[in-house]
Amino acid sequence: MNFTNWSRKNLFANWKDSLLTITILYLFYVSIPPLLNWVFLDATFFGDSKKDCTGGGACWVFINVWIKRFTYGMYPNDQIWRINLAFVIFFISIGSYFFVSSKIKKYIFIFLTLVFPFLAIFLFHGGSLGLEEVETRVWGGLFLTLFISVFSIIFCFPIGVLLAMGRRSNLPVIKYFSIGFIELWRGVPLITVLFMAAVMFPVFLPSGTNLDKLIRVIIAITLFESAYIAEVVRGGLQAIPRGQYDAANSIGMGYWKSHLLIILPQALKIVIPGVANTFIALFKDTPLILVVGLMELLGMVNMAKTNPAWLGLATEGYVFAAFVYFIFCFSMSRYSLSLENKLKTTN
Amino acid sequence: MKFLKKNIKKLNLFLENYPKVGIYFPQFLIILLLGIIISYFSMNASTNMAARGIETGFGFLANKASFDIQFSLIDFDSNDSYARAYLVGLLNTLLVSGIGIFFATVIGFFVGVTRLSSNILASKVAEAYIEIFRNIPLLLQIFFWYFAILRLLPSSDNSLILFNFVFANIKGIYVPRFVWENLNHFAYGFLFSILAIYLFVSFSKKKQEKTGVQVPTFTTSIFIFFTINLIVIYFGNVGLSLSYPILETNRGLYNYMGGVSVIPELIALAFSLSLYTSTFIAECVRAGILGIDKGQKEAAASIGLSKSQILKLIVIPQALRIIIPPVTNQYLNLTKNSSLAAAIAYPDIVLVFAGTALMQTGKAIEIVSITMLTYLTLSVSISLIMNWYNKKNSIAER
Amino acid sequence: MSKIIELKSVNKWFGDFQVLKDINLTVSSKEKIVICGPSGSGKSTLIRCINRLEEHQKGDIVVDGITLDANTKNIEKIRSEVGMVFQQFNLFPHLSILDNCTLAPIWVKKKSKKDAEELANQYLEKVQIVDQAKKFPGQLSGGQQQRAAIARALCMEPNIMLFDEPTSALDPEMIKEVLDVMVDLAKGGMTMCVVTHEMGFAKEVADRVIFMDEGSIVEEKPTDQFFNNPENERTKLFLSQILN
Repeated sequence: MNFTNWSRKNLFANWKDSLLTITILYLFYVSIPPLLNWVFLDATFFGDSKKDCTGGGACWVFINVWIKRFTYGMYPNDQIWRINLAFVIFFISIGSYFFVSSKIKKYIFIFLTLVFPFLAIFLFHGGSLGLEEVETRVWGGLFLTLFISVFSIIFCFPIGVLLAMGRRSNLPVIKYFSIGFIELWRGVPLITVLFMAAVMFPVFLPSGTNLDKLIRVIIAITLFESAYIAEVVRGGLQAIPRGQYDAANSIGMGYWKSHLLIILPQALKIVIPGVANTFIALFKDTPLILVVGLMELLGMVNMAKTNPAWLGLATEGYVFAAFVYFIFCFSMSRYSLSLENKLKTTN
Repeated sequence: MKFLKKNIKKLNLFLENYPKVGIYFPQFLIILLLGIIISYFSMNASTNMAARGIETGFGFLANKASFDIQFSLIDFDSNDSYARAYLVGLLNTLLVSGIGIFFATVIGFFVGVTRLSSNILASKVAEAYIEIFRNIPLLLQIFFWYFAILRLLPSSDNSLILFNFVFANIKGIYVPRFVWENLNHFAYGFLFSILAIYLFVSFSKKKQEKTGVQVPTFTTSIFIFFTINLIVIYFGNVGLSLSYPILETNRGLYNYMGGVSVIPELIALAFSLSLYTSTFIAECVRAGILGIDKGQKEAAASIGLSKSQILKLIVIPQALRIIIPPVTNQYLNLTKNSSLAAAIAYPDIVLVFAGTALMQTGKAIEIVSITMLTYLTLSVSISLIMNWYNKKNSIAER
Repeated sequence: MSKIIELKSVNKWFGDFQVLKDINLTVSSKEKIVICGPSGSGKSTLIRCINRLEEHQKGDIVVDGITLDANTKNIEKIRSEVGMVFQQFNLFPHLSILDNCTLAPIWVKKKSKKDAEELANQYLEKVQIVDQAKKFPGQLSGGQQQRAAIARALCMEPNIMLFDEPTSALDPEMIKEVLDVMVDLAKGGMTMCVVTHEMGFAKEVADRVIFMDEGSIVEEKPTDQFFNNPENERTKLFLSQILN
């Protein structure tokens, strides 16, 4: 079918449809050209100060100049190579994972889960072996966003699975503890949890001890999201037919063995969309930490826009941040969709 | 390795012989662990609080608040108690959540249905809307709209004037305040009209059951509503006048007195919450409508039902069953997300109580507990209502 | 006997694929015809065109004197005279069996609730599930659901009943109870068009059997002749596969 036939069927099928199409096209006409002008045609991309922005469009010079801060926070410029090194190691590991034999795959997996986290923390924080110490106070920007997201995701997942199993347990103490724990975290907003972690938590520790604020925040986010993971995984566990549990028990597998080898692999496959959604939500929740003084990407943009030399450029900053978050979140959701499809066909 | 394996085997054997141990011991252990953790924290807490000279206890709620709140639905000034401040915060939270829920639902249903339209342009635009506003963090959206709105609004002496009686400036949007006369007459009349409609609808339903005759309930109800209320307004001397905002100067500051103001923080927050949550609601609506088997519509058509009858009797009842539980969950999320108000200084319960009040009194434990308890109560009540609704409407299965 | 369904040179395409090729078919009042054929032959599409669940692009379809075209009033009139039973039953899960049956009489024929329920109970009794009337579809077995679906269609008191592979989704032990109901209906004088693989039913009840393949009617004969003396090679092949 050629274009006129196609558009007649899909865009102009009846008068209501035609009206809709025309209205939408008109809205496009009114909004898209000015938008393109502002973003590209009249915008200034290069320069080093606000004065260089003459076009009347977006002043992307702002982003150009601040990009290092937006990415690394207040991390000392001469130490940034450490962050880059960690990310390079990470990407090389992930990349090579797909190209090596399964024997080496196992080693890479162990490296990534058991060795790399400590290596990364050591690189970022330093304090010994000739690496200058960089306090967590100055960590920030996209680096901090990714750091918090990755660590929270790694920890909240096993805790969530344990909670889901606990909620279905026959032992009343464990069951009610799990239910209470889950409902508590699910019922309160993350911001109150962060306030609690930042302000209230020190009260519960012996006076004088100081647990690093970043660690407190990661613990808070981890516990918070683990409750959501627990509910998602619980749905998966419920969907496994009774027969699977029976079959596992009948071949002599105890509770832990049957769950580890039979139940969980099936349950987790079912809940991939739900778990992916929770991870994406976690990533979108990280900006909240700016209310307790940690400057991840959005926090850095907020800080930059109040700098006297760069007033009035908040729009550019927010649009840039929105773009970065959108790329990450959209890619994650597309990846989870493709993962879901891939596992469906091999089933 | 071998040593570990041997001992695990021994443990399993032991548990097989004494199964009760496997049941009671882990629970005992957990209780013991919890007990230790709680007492450790409590001990530290009391020492620390004592060291700072802060007493524990809820008595402070009756004390004078000594701070003002920028926006409140009830009267409040700095002489009122902390308890009243809590109430103001709570009302503000419910206000912005209510507005957000309303608009999120309307926009969400509209976008969800459009997403399923046969018009490809419309459906792709709806899809783009959903992807854009869903993948950008809510906090960022709030900042953006707050900033955008603030930029658009001029200073008080240069206000934007709409319709000659709505004034918009950086301090807020001022609309005339309603001043009622004989409001009670109107209230009674309104309630009476609702009752009349209810009776009429039951009556016409019975009539249809008895004789098969269908009465146009919708149009008649609207007719009843307007007739009764207009009669009451005319004969009951119900009057409505508007108290217009008038610009006054007070020590060089321009302010609008006499009207009602809506602060830009509220507008920005309600706007962002509505847009963000509407994307999730749109997906719920889409899932609900798609979840109706095609065969249902075919079977309904084959027994002669018209398109609107199919929608009313077959599609919507089944779609709502699928849509309502997740949508209620989204309402809950919206209410919790309203706490982001703290980032732009909208005086919701978190900012007023867990923010200002906490900083002034230092009673962190009490205040944060009350705040978290408030949200917990909201969540649990909505969950309970949802469970009751689900049970009532669940489709019976064998 | 008067012609109650007439299809003249009916052609239908799904996109580029032609699913009905020049179909000519007449059904007389009170006649029972069975349509069979391999999957993809277009037999379901054919009967779904009769009550406009599918639209034909070329040719004429006349049902009980009313021409079937885009006119919605005609379509609704035809649908209230033609009942259909689906392979997947398609009962409304949120309504009880009784409500499933009284829905159309109340809302389309504007009957009172009492009259509609009386009618429904009468037909539910005929299909022998009147004791399940207050239950919901999810609580019934497959065979019971299909019988309820037949009762629902009968409650509009149609002149013609269309069956689209009514027993294909049933477990073997439930096929008989549904076929018995259909035999009963046939003996009562109803005009029936049945798409099915159940040749036993065809032999017992059908006046004519039609064999379709790749969108065309390949063979059309009175029942005895169809089974004992099939002419076409493809018909013979199909019968040999089905009857073994």
